[in-house]
Amino acid sequence: MTTKVYIPRDSSALSMGADKVALAIAEQAKLRGKQIDIIRNGSRGLYWLETMVEVQTDQGRVAYGPVQAKDVNGLFDADFLNGQSANASAHPLYLGLTEQINWLKQQQRLTFARVGITDPVSLDDYIAYDGYKGLKNALQLSGADIVKTVTDSGLRGRGGAAFPTGIKWNTVLTCQANQKYIVCNADEGDSGTFSDRMIMENDPFVLIEGMTIAGIAVGATQGYIYLRSEYPHALKVLNEAIDKAEKAGYLGEKICGSKHSFKLEVRRAAGAYVCGEETSLLESLEGKRGMVRFKPPLPAIEGLFGKPTVVNNVISLATVPIILDKGAQYYADYGMGRSRGTLPIQLAGNIKQGGLVELAFGITLRELLYDYGGGSASGRPIRAVQVGGPLGAFLPESQFDTPLDYEAFSSIWAVLGHGGIVAFDDTVDMAKMARYAFEFCAIESCGKCTPCRIGSTRGVEVMDNIIAGKEVAKNIKLVRDLSDTMLNGSLCALGGMTPYPVLSAMNHFSEDF
Amino acid sequence: MQDLQEKQVQGKEIDRLVAQYKSMPGALLPLLHAIQDSTGFIPETCYATIAQALSLSVAEVHGVVTFYHHFKTHQPGQHVLQICRAESCQAMGSANLEAHAKKCLNIDYHQTTDDRAITLAPVYCLGNCALSPAVMLDEELYGRVSIADLDALMLEAGASLAKA
Repeated sequence: MTTKVYIPRDSSALSMGADKVALAIAEQAKLRGKQIDIIRNGSRGLYWLETMVEVQTDQGRVAYGPVQAKDVNGLFDADFLNGQSANASAHPLYLGLTEQINWLKQQQRLTFARVGITDPVSLDDYIAYDGYKGLKNALQLSGADIVKTVTDSGLRGRGGAAFPTGIKWNTVLTCQANQKYIVCNADEGDSGTFSDRMIMENDPFVLIEGMTIAGIAVGATQGYIYLRSEYPHALKVLNEAIDKAEKAGYLGEKICGSKHSFKLEVRRAAGAYVCGEETSLLESLEGKRGMVRFKPPLPAIEGLFGKPTVVNNVISLATVPIILDKGAQYYADYGMGRSRGTLPIQLAGNIKQGGLVELAFGITLRELLYDYGGGSASGRPIRAVQVGGPLGAFLPESQFDTPLDYEAFSSIWAVLGHGGIVAFDDTVDMAKMARYAFEFCAIESCGKCTPCRIGSTRGVEVMDNIIAGKEVAKNIKLVRDLSDTMLNGSLCALGGMTPYPVLSAMNHFSEDF
Repeated sequence: MQDLQEKQVQGKEIDRLVAQYKSMPGALLPLLHAIQDSTGFIPETCYATIAQALSLSVAEVHGVVTFYHHFKTHQPGQHVLQICRAESCQAMGSANLEAHAKKCLNIDYHQTTDDRAITLAPVYCLGNCALSPAVMLDEELYGRVSIADLDALMLEAGASLAKA
């Protein structure tokens, strides 16, 4: 009998030695004459358990983790391939049925429904697990009806700006042009975020399907995925998936026999954080320096090469297929207030159980940090969390009961951004973090506007004086003045939001300054 | 002589890539990536060829090459070691890794060891934030990296480590 063994190929799993584990399992199986079929699936996102190896049983998949190559011999000795045996369940790395692991069981995985379950580059797997159902429905609808479905679902841009996706699409739909574009912003540069990477590496077809639906909806025939150069694994997976989708008629001319055409190409970014800003991204795609553009004109009206362009984040586009499959109301039934649906939350930094938690909006930070995260990795108290990447505010313990909701966060002068949560224990020096915020802005500024270009460098200098204890009261006032200028005078979010981490650190952790 | 021959081979390769990419919409970044993938960096001597093929000025090509952190203007060492400096990794002690690497390799960021084995570079997020601190050696990603892990990686990359 051949047993199916699942070993993730996700790059975080690889970073913990998944390839070595796979090699060791294959070798041992051969040596011991065991028939196994190794499937390199995606990661379930329980990263502290990587490499998490799963074995197929009659009851479902049984998981073991974190497995290292040196554990493989022992796993075979414990008959781990027979996941329901008493020996296997007595093994210290035995985790039980994967689907029954609380951390996973309590999640509401809509966008991530297939992630970790399927072989990422198997189109058959994708279709067997409800893939391309959204596209089939979309092909029966008019562009306007597809756009209406997306609008009605309440989906807002998951890249950070939270602009209603359907409204953006509608602007492009109503523009008359001989060429329109769909651009996927896959320049996921925020520290503490990896949900885009996970989708691209672990379920690339869902992004391809989402972009295809977007193209059909607004009348765009060319799509680009602008992928950060720090993600070499995602590049390979995407290109393989695009090739397979083309060969199967899901991309290219006359998609699925319809009148619609849509071509898709991955373009590599080159390590500039500012290119995650949509106009800078478009400049970069055109082959220029990634300098931010003035708005208006909006990219939806004059975007890539001056043509109407939808620019959406990976998660926004990857959520479109399930909305078209199950309907706008199904998605909108999740969430709270004006934050509809689910958010793929990324638990990172000094956290014991880091990974991907997809849940409806409304869960609190405290639940995420302790119920899911299990507290800090160091075992010390969590003192601060930064939500929403390097331009997000630092939150103190007194704000941990804030629900994850765009409006609730903005009411406490914070942002949800792309859903990344970075925890810090009580050894963090918040003055250093404020200095780093300016430093990062200085390194990444495109240089177009003065508050960002000059302000960030002056900010580092003033913070250095504060840290050195020089004229602290006067310099704190100076940082506040500078932050006010950057906040109100910058062209884009890089300069305009650097004051979020700086001022929140000063306001909530004044004892460090 | 060897050097001249190498440059001629490099020049031919760049000409081939320019011809391959020049008609692509927004060709410059894909072309620069292809050149760097092939030769390890973007030699300044090829700016004029690129500029002419894409109807740009040499200054524009220079401007793009130097805008992006990923593009290198000098030949890097045999291996590139990137250490993540972003917040999530800071929360897990990446500053210690950074200091250790600089001390052992006796170089700063953006520098290459004398034996050309390793170029050290900062990176701002590798997307491995649940397993911080993270480093990347060439295109291989590593998570929950300890000082001992880092030593092993540097040795594997052929570094002769200074006594810490």
